[in-house]
Amino acid sequence: MSSTTVINLAEEPANAFAEIKRRGTALLPLRQDGLARFQESGFPTTNDEDWRFTSLKPFTEMPFETMFEPTIQTIGQSVINGIAFSQHDTDRLVFVDGHLSSELSQISNQSEGVIVSNLASALTTIEDKIGALSGKDQNPLIALNDAFFTDGAWIHIPANQALSKPVHLVFLYTAIKDGQASHIRNLIIAEANAKGTILESHISLGQAAASTNVVTETQLGDGSNLEHIKLQDQSSLAIHLASLHSKLGSDARYAFHSFALGAQLSRNNLRMDLAKPGIECMLNGLYMTRGRQLADHHMIVNHAAPYCNSHEYFNGILDDQSRGVFHGRILVEPEAQKTDAKQTNKNLILSDEATVNTKPQLEIYADDVKCTHGATIGELDNDAIFYLRARGLDSQTARRMLMHGFTGEIVERIQHNTIRDELNELVWGRLENEYHLN
Amino acid sequence: MSTSADTIDEFVSSDYKYGFITDIESESLEPGLNEDVIQFISAKKDEPEWLLEWRLKAFRHFEKMENPTWPHVKYPPVNFQEISYYSAPKKKGDGPKSLDEVDPKLLETYEKLGVPLHERARLAGVAVDAVFDSESIGTTFKEDLAKAGVIFCPISEAVREHPELVRKYIGTVVPYTDNYYAALNSAVFSDGSFVYIPKGTRCPMELSTYFRINAANTGQFERTLIVAEESSHVSYLEGCTAPMRDENQLHAAVVELVALDNAEIKYSTVQNWYPGDEEGRGGIYNFVTKRGICKTNAKISWTQVETGSAITWKYPSVILQGNNSIGEFYSIALTNKAQQADTGTKMVHIGKNTRSTIISKGISAGKGQNSYRGLVQVGKKASNARNFSQCDSLLIGNKCGAHTFPYIEAKNPTASIEHEATTSKIGEDQIFYCNQRGLETQDAVNMIVNGFCKEVFRELPMEFAVEAQKLLDVSLEGSVG
Amino acid sequence: MLEIKNLQARIDEKQILKGINLSVKSGEVHAIMGPNGSGKSTLASVLAGREGYDITDGEVLLQGNDILEMSPEERAREGVFLAFQYPVEIPGVNSTYFLRSAVNQIRKHRGDEELDAMKFLKLVKTKMKELGLAEEFLKRPVNAGFSGGEKKRNEILQMTMLDPSLAVLDETDSGLDIDALRIVADGVNRLKNQNNAQIVITHYQRLLDYIVPDFVHVLYDGCIIKSGDKTLAHDLEEKGYDWLIKDS
Ligand SMILES: Nc1ncnc2c1ncn2[C@@H]1O[C@H](COP(=O)(O)OP(=O)(O)OP(=O)(O)O)[C@@H](O)[C@H]1O
Ligand SMILES: [Mg+2]
Repeated sequence: MSSTTVINLAEEPANAFAEIKRRGTALLPLRQDGLARFQESGFPTTNDEDWRFTSLKPFTEMPFETMFEPTIQTIGQSVINGIAFSQHDTDRLVFVDGHLSSELSQISNQSEGVIVSNLASALTTIEDKIGALSGKDQNPLIALNDAFFTDGAWIHIPANQALSKPVHLVFLYTAIKDGQASHIRNLIIAEANAKGTILESHISLGQAAASTNVVTETQLGDGSNLEHIKLQDQSSLAIHLASLHSKLGSDARYAFHSFALGAQLSRNNLRMDLAKPGIECMLNGLYMTRGRQLADHHMIVNHAAPYCNSHEYFNGILDDQSRGVFHGRILVEPEAQKTDAKQTNKNLILSDEATVNTKPQLEIYADDVKCTHGATIGELDNDAIFYLRARGLDSQTARRMLMHGFTGEIVERIQHNTIRDELNELVWGRLENEYHLN
Repeated sequence: MSTSADTIDEFVSSDYKYGFITDIESESLEPGLNEDVIQFISAKKDEPEWLLEWRLKAFRHFEKMENPTWPHVKYPPVNFQEISYYSAPKKKGDGPKSLDEVDPKLLETYEKLGVPLHERARLAGVAVDAVFDSESIGTTFKEDLAKAGVIFCPISEAVREHPELVRKYIGTVVPYTDNYYAALNSAVFSDGSFVYIPKGTRCPMELSTYFRINAANTGQFERTLIVAEESSHVSYLEGCTAPMRDENQLHAAVVELVALDNAEIKYSTVQNWYPGDEEGRGGIYNFVTKRGICKTNAKISWTQVETGSAITWKYPSVILQGNNSIGEFYSIALTNKAQQADTGTKMVHIGKNTRSTIISKGISAGKGQNSYRGLVQVGKKASNARNFSQCDSLLIGNKCGAHTFPYIEAKNPTASIEHEATTSKIGEDQIFYCNQRGLETQDAVNMIVNGFCKEVFRELPMEFAVEAQKLLDVSLEGSVG
Repeated sequence: MLEIKNLQARIDEKQILKGINLSVKSGEVHAIMGPNGSGKSTLASVLAGREGYDITDGEVLLQGNDILEMSPEERAREGVFLAFQYPVEIPGVNSTYFLRSAVNQIRKHRGDEELDAMKFLKLVKTKMKELGLAEEFLKRPVNAGFSGGEKKRNEILQMTMLDPSLAVLDETDSGLDIDALRIVADGVNRLKNQNNAQIVITHYQRLLDYIVPDFVHVLYDGCIIKSGDKTLAHDLEEKGYDWLIKDS
């Protein structure tokens, strides 16, 4: 039983909702329902098992202000050129504070029937699909998103089609006032045997304790194959709250990579529904925190069908007074025989004041399964250090190399070659320049 | 090949051989829980005022608390008013002065349980305190122990004979505010054992307490306190059984261990309370709080073989307060029939260079649900803390469940924590291999399960390792057709 | 080249090396054989400077310098190379990057110019071809997911790249197929010259058909109980160790 307490601040959203009504925003019933659910639950607190190690106070203690419009109306192309992945040949959808920027977006001729657009412009056709996966989740932040979302990406790949180039979703935040919040909604549907690569970047342009609340639903048809790479690199004041809900068809492959580098508080809820046989699902992530950052990945992988594989690999490097939180639950239902599920969470602590909380969990009701999890917190492998030193590297270089390997292990699981190389450099540069490696 | 798979699926019940009832006149308190009951228990045991006060404080605290819902177990709410909080064999006159005067029926009971108390047949090298419902009925080898300066007696006796020791340590490791059942226990605890090992002493024999619930509708609320002074050493074992009854019975114990500098306490449990039947009727609710504290260089090692009880809810823990202290937890938990177990440990690293090891083996059969729940916590000051945890689950049949819920927290960069968990089933090929070598399927299962548990058996005192293995075999009986 | 005098080492109170004496001159190949658990790998590890051993007595001189006080990397730079019995997997660390760093560290130490990426790649690719290793390995993390034989070949590749003056090969032949065995042996023989030396630890006389030793030593229970020429290896193959153990 969750024991969320309703705190007064939950009244603010109700007031803000008046604005939604005034503007005559679409999907009012969904929004009203979201608001009602949110009012019933209130914000989660650390008494709630799912939020035990992550306090939302930095978010809830700020005024509640939805970004009905972006703060900065004009952003130059040069800003886009400076961000990660921008030098790759991709289609690009750019959102500023949760609103589409047509000027900065750039969509080529994708294959027949492929849709790469913003959600707000297509609401009438996809209305019934919004919330189809996230709707059952009790998370109050989803309810809040239902009520307030402004826009986001809508990607549809028809059966047997592939994205001709990766689609890069760029979310820019210009908020300059604490408490300003962007509520973003993405919907990605890949029909049977569809293929594609999706990049998702979250970047702050302003320095404020502003928040992002993004809900993404991905539906993968039978035999489809999607690689989804998310880079969250917001300012150290920002708050990033995300939830991803995926439903996979038979023999579908889904690889989701999460790089959580920025934000004072980031939380990724990942909910994978494996209800068809033969699925391969990988959740792969790296979090690196310093200062007073907190990065939280919270996942539930639900095996409800036989012959599925799921792998979760999360590595974290924690410096200064920062905190890393990992919660991974693998649930194997009685019908999910022959499940092969594996989960690892490894952490390196670099300072005397950093904290790690990890909670890998297995909940298994089927007997013919192979499930393992492992979690480590600690120092680099001594045998590996010796091996490197026996090859002539001094211990400092050996340690750095292993640290590089520690991040490389995650980065290397990205299938897209050039994106992988870019991320590798980005991550390593960050570590070398901003972390206490020795 | 498929034959073995089919046979694993099938389930028949095995007999619980300790399920008999001793027909003895006993004195029981009316069911119900209130301050009068606590006054009664305290008066019955001739307790000093401070202890009564403490019990009452605990009770008042208990009344403000709520039954925890986080364990991964399901059961109807316990009605505390339907339980009798005191039951003991009726004494003639002043009661027995020594074991010789104890009612022969009681002695016979323990004999039947494999724990003979009278002089001729006593287990060599093992001193036994026998607790029957709410009272200790006698302790063996008292004199021999006294020679070494070791105190081993019922806690009610210790309260009278060694009040300063009891008062100094009781509630220091598990305060009554700790949790719901610890609060209840502190209010109504009846008996249990007290052990005191003086400085520099190696306890000359194994100490053991045998708990037996006999009366119907009673709860057993034992309290055990073990204090090992500096540089002392003791190995302690408890065993538990109860008759087969259709109603659930509550056993809510508290065990506190204090290991002072350089001391070592080894605490082993073979828990075989009545598990209930296939349908989940009857059986003991075993809700236990066990915790030890280690000072500098001290070591506490918990070993448990949990095969009984309808529901087990228990986390023997170690607070590693002193530098270089060591905590260990070795556990086998078997759930068959409709049993549910939520068990594990907490290792709290506070001192420097503290080390902990957790080896947990969960076996689920029948409709059993088995959860490992653990916490490894490394505080800011605990530099060079080391933990290794290995939690393996074995599933037999497809109506059971195996779950692992570890919590790991580290606040120190030099900490090293490794946690691994696996879940697997007994492979058909393994069974086939054994069958092919001429072994029966049940024997093959027993053999495989025993192999799976080997690392834990190794930790049990020699005398009990064999017993425990047999117990496991018996509990597994019927896990294959 | 190498002078080991009365070397004694223990680990966790357990005495493993009980007084090893061994003298290896430039240009020589020595084989060390001995039953499982006799201390062969321990000797190799102690030479390479692995931590965790208590050196209770004795000394090890490499070209007249005591190496026991040196860190593992200093020894490596001075020319000690250990081919591990169980090469360590290092996930996430790219093989090329690793090997180039090592080569350049050692070159720098010797006063040679460091190799740029191009030159290095050219060199490593030639060597790989000789060893029959696919170039694809360069892209993979160090030893990660390599088969047993691939790991061993990778050790030899590293050895050829680092050009050590003293190479210690700990059971590099175990787990190799016949062709790989020949390739590995060729690698070792190609490296061999008048200025370096090799110590080959093995259980099988087979390898010694390819790498012909000047001396064969038998290590038993932490001591060298017998030394001889290559015929000793044949005797061992035939008679096992029992006859020696009884004598000692
Ligand atoms: N870290 C350690 N802790 C305890 N004992 C060890 C350790 N390392 C090695 N030993 C013991 O030291 C002895 C020598 O081991 P070593 O690995 O050197 O043998 P070896 O001759 O290389 O054997 P093999 O032929 O099987 O490779 C063995 O008994 C081994 O168990
Ligand atoms: Mg060896």
